[in-house]
Amino acid sequence: MSALYDEIQEIRAQYPESLSAVMPALQLAQERSGGWLPEQAFRDVADALDLTPAYCLSIASFYDMFRLEPVGQHLIEVCTNISCGLNGAQQVVEAFESELGLRAGETTDDFTLRTVECLGGCGWATVVAINNRHRLRVQADDVAGIVAELRSLELEVTDDHLDA
Amino acid sequence: MTTSTPEIVFAGTNGGALTEIAAYEAAGGFEVLAKTRTLTPDDVIAELNASNLRGRGGAFFPTGRKWSFVPKPDKIAKPHYLVVNADESEPGTFKDREIMLRVPFRFLEGCLIAAHAIESTHVFIYIRGEYEAEFEVLVSALDQMRAKRLLGEVTIVLHRGAGAYICGEETALLESLEGRRGQPRTKPPFPAIAGLYASPTAVNNVESITSATSVMEIGGAEYAKLGVENSAGTRVFSLSGNVVNGGNYELPHGFPLRDLIHDLGGGIAEGRALKAVIPGGSSTVILTAAEADRVTLDFDSLVGAGTAIGSAAVIAIDDRCCMVQLAARVSQFYQHESCGKCTPCRVGTKWLTNILQKIEDGRGTQADMDLLVSVAERINGKCLCPLGDSDAIAVMSYFDKFRDEFQAHIDEGGCPFHGSSSLDQLLAPVAMHIHNEAPVHA
Repeated sequence: MSALYDEIQEIRAQYPESLSAVMPALQLAQERSGGWLPEQAFRDVADALDLTPAYCLSIASFYDMFRLEPVGQHLIEVCTNISCGLNGAQQVVEAFESELGLRAGETTDDFTLRTVECLGGCGWATVVAINNRHRLRVQADDVAGIVAELRSLELEVTDDHLDA
Repeated sequence: MTTSTPEIVFAGTNGGALTEIAAYEAAGGFEVLAKTRTLTPDDVIAELNASNLRGRGGAFFPTGRKWSFVPKPDKIAKPHYLVVNADESEPGTFKDREIMLRVPFRFLEGCLIAAHAIESTHVFIYIRGEYEAEFEVLVSALDQMRAKRLLGEVTIVLHRGAGAYICGEETALLESLEGRRGQPRTKPPFPAIAGLYASPTAVNNVESITSATSVMEIGGAEYAKLGVENSAGTRVFSLSGNVVNGGNYELPHGFPLRDLIHDLGGGIAEGRALKAVIPGGSSTVILTAAEADRVTLDFDSLVGAGTAIGSAAVIAIDDRCCMVQLAARVSQFYQHESCGKCTPCRVGTKWLTNILQKIEDGRGTQADMDLLVSVAERINGKCLCPLGDSDAIAVMSYFDKFRDEFQAHIDEGGCPFHGSSSLDQLLAPVAMHIHNEAPVHA
């Protein structure tokens, strides 16, 4: 059996009932599948937990952090809830849109940009989650620098890949 | 101004974080756990009852009483569970994450104290999926505790959420933890009798659990002296919005709201005027600037002003904000987060949002004002959980207190702010579950 199968069994052993392992198993499968859940991931999780792929999909489709479509190498999520909104979140979104040439909700190979509900950093608005790490007090003026930073990371990864 | 009240939740941190077990022990950590384990569960609950500690998640239910509702193991011969609600997602609220980041051991010590009180050896911490750094701090803290064999017979499992506000509602949280879609259950039975896996379960918020450690440390009677009548102890207030110094402030209950905003918070940013304050998270009734000037941050004062302390999340709003836009954005949030189980909420939150958007866009009529009220009334109190109610209550409070502004949208055939509102064109969340059209910019 695959490494994923074995790891899911370890997760399963933490819970009195194996169904509880479905969310952490999907989280692991998503991490191993480039940040989203292709059909194969549902089959793998279902196999490991004696569930149907359809059941696993019914869970994934409920929760915002499970992604049913491919995401770019970098996932940029801008909070646009009340406190971030009052502090210029919309301008931050627009700055990312123009810097990346994307509109919120769109994906390229390199980037996915989306707006999200409250990330729980209201006092440090605007909060932007970049690959699930929260940047605080982001202003529209900071966006070009953040994007340049992410693009340079990308180059490093590519270089490593070429060296190998 | 500074406050003379010592920090209770963040005691010993000196503004930093106690993430190394040696540092926490040097500050007296885990002494109270050892002491508590020599007490009977009933004695622990009696101490909590004496403290008047009430739940910090939003419902303000007495913590000791909640624990006392969990039957003794000989009454229900099933495993008992402690489930910690670390799914902090109420807009405006960001206190639990700071507690987990800065005093993870005080929080985990509280988990072990609570487990002892309800005679449980199984603890699940349901932590919001977006809190990755906080999750890692807890993983590290638990490893350090296991190395010192502090857990005893107790197992603590960290369970990560996956992005669903509704899972902060305790029965939805339990459904989610059992591996289902996070949709609320009917009550009764209450979790104390039939909670996780239909077994006796206490569900407590992170700050409640962390405060329980402090209660056992300083004693219930001493703890009860902090704060004001009916609102004992300190509270970690999350301050955000149009203030100069947003952030978390641990203060005694009864602290004047105006001092939090104008003194500790540094006042309203850019010299603007305060227009309104949401005092306890997005689900609570808004206060006008004049009302906010008069209240103190405790249960009785805020109930007296027709609102609630909720999750102690204070959002200050300045005079640039259009209240119809605010209402539409808040309503979009609840629409997005509705789990879909109860029709009044699933359909009603969408209706509220649509009507508000229509009014904001200048297409609203006088009849839409009545329709707004009518829809809100048809949500409120008609669902399994308070999510839909929260939308109706919040929106209706903006409508009631700023009716002139709503009316101006109708009379002028558009937003009286003419594009200058701070929330103008604010984008709602973009779903990733469907092939959705990219949002259209005006």
